[in-house]
Amino acid sequence: MKKTFRRWLDGDIDLMENITRTAHEHDMDRDEIKKRKKAVSEIIRQREDSQSIILAEEKGFRIFYNIAAIISCVMLITVLLYCVANLPRFGQENVKATVVTQRYIEKGLEETGAVNIVSGMILDYRAFDTLGESHVLFTALVCVMVLLRKDWKNMNSKFEDYSSIRSDRYFQTEKDVILQTIGIVMVPCIFVFGTYVLLNGQNSPGGGFSGGAILGAAMIIFTAAFGFRKVDRFFTLKLSSYVTFVALSFYSFAKGYVFITGANGLDNHIPKGIPGAILSGGLILPLDIAVGLVVACTMYGFYSLFRRGSIGGG
Amino acid sequence: MQMVEILKITLLIILIGCAIAVNLTPSLLQAVVIFMSYSSVMCILWILMESPDLAITEAAVGAGVSGILFLVTLKKIRREDSAEPGETEDDV
Repeated sequence: MKKTFRRWLDGDIDLMENITRTAHEHDMDRDEIKKRKKAVSEIIRQREDSQSIILAEEKGFRIFYNIAAIISCVMLITVLLYCVANLPRFGQENVKATVVTQRYIEKGLEETGAVNIVSGMILDYRAFDTLGESHVLFTALVCVMVLLRKDWKNMNSKFEDYSSIRSDRYFQTEKDVILQTIGIVMVPCIFVFGTYVLLNGQNSPGGGFSGGAILGAAMIIFTAAFGFRKVDRFFTLKLSSYVTFVALSFYSFAKGYVFITGANGLDNHIPKGIPGAILSGGLILPLDIAVGLVVACTMYGFYSLFRRGSIGGG
Repeated sequence: MQMVEILKITLLIILIGCAIAVNLTPSLLQAVVIFMSYSSVMCILWILMESPDLAITEAAVGAGVSGILFLVTLKKIRREDSAEPGETEDDV
């Protein structure tokens, strides 16, 4: 009795199902059962008839769908080709855009202190652009979390087969020799390279997005090789949300005022430093680090949520 | 014609081929691999167009992370479809 009760609690048996089924069988006479069988076969025949009609309709719809798809594709291609034909030639001077470009190329180093003009553009002149982009990444992570996160509410629900999740190798260490050997050699190198790209954003190609993406990819490789348990020791949901929160709020406080004052912003009094040194470019380096941390947390968060529905086991 | 021009045109042809092949492949796994190779070709093209920061991002995000996310999703879909869980499991 106790065992049955336990199994009923786990949802393995449905006591009510037996009761309802027997009640139905007792109520019906043999004639009535025959009648019902006839009715059922009638319904099935009608359904087959209607199904053939549905199939014919589907065929017609499919032809219409193909024609509509081809027409819309051709129209889209025409519009895009027309736009491309009206663009200025690749590498040639465009009269409309030269004013801003000239200013960026001539005075970029002087005004932002960044040798890499692209970094000077996206993190100084157009810092509000990057502010929006990093918030878009944060929003994407939140959306994925809302959709895929497994907490106690949907872990125990009937729709989710909890036992299959437990039996999967999600929470165990994978013992893949090739992956682990390559991981031991490659992951430190990738981490160092990612940090270099992140910190040298104002001097060499790279910066927040590229460096953060490389760091996130390194963490993904490490997780794939050595399992989630080792990453969970230092990277938890708490750490991830704190890092993202601090980075985004720092960025917002540092550059959020441009939405009120306009794209030119205020003068910042942080020394520009010698162009080419790591500590140069004023606010660019801290902003780069903030963006990189957000991107790295987002990349790893995506992977972790996709694979097991949580960040850091929490 | 210069060597760089020939290389560019070859890479562009490969790019278009990859884009068409992604649509025409019946296997989803192969489609993901072709998609990742598309990103790698695009990465070389960014370098030829002298924008190395975009090339770094393309290599990390396009050829790396998004491909991995596709593979993880494929693995999840197949586990729910097939009766035997160990059959189609491919570690990422």
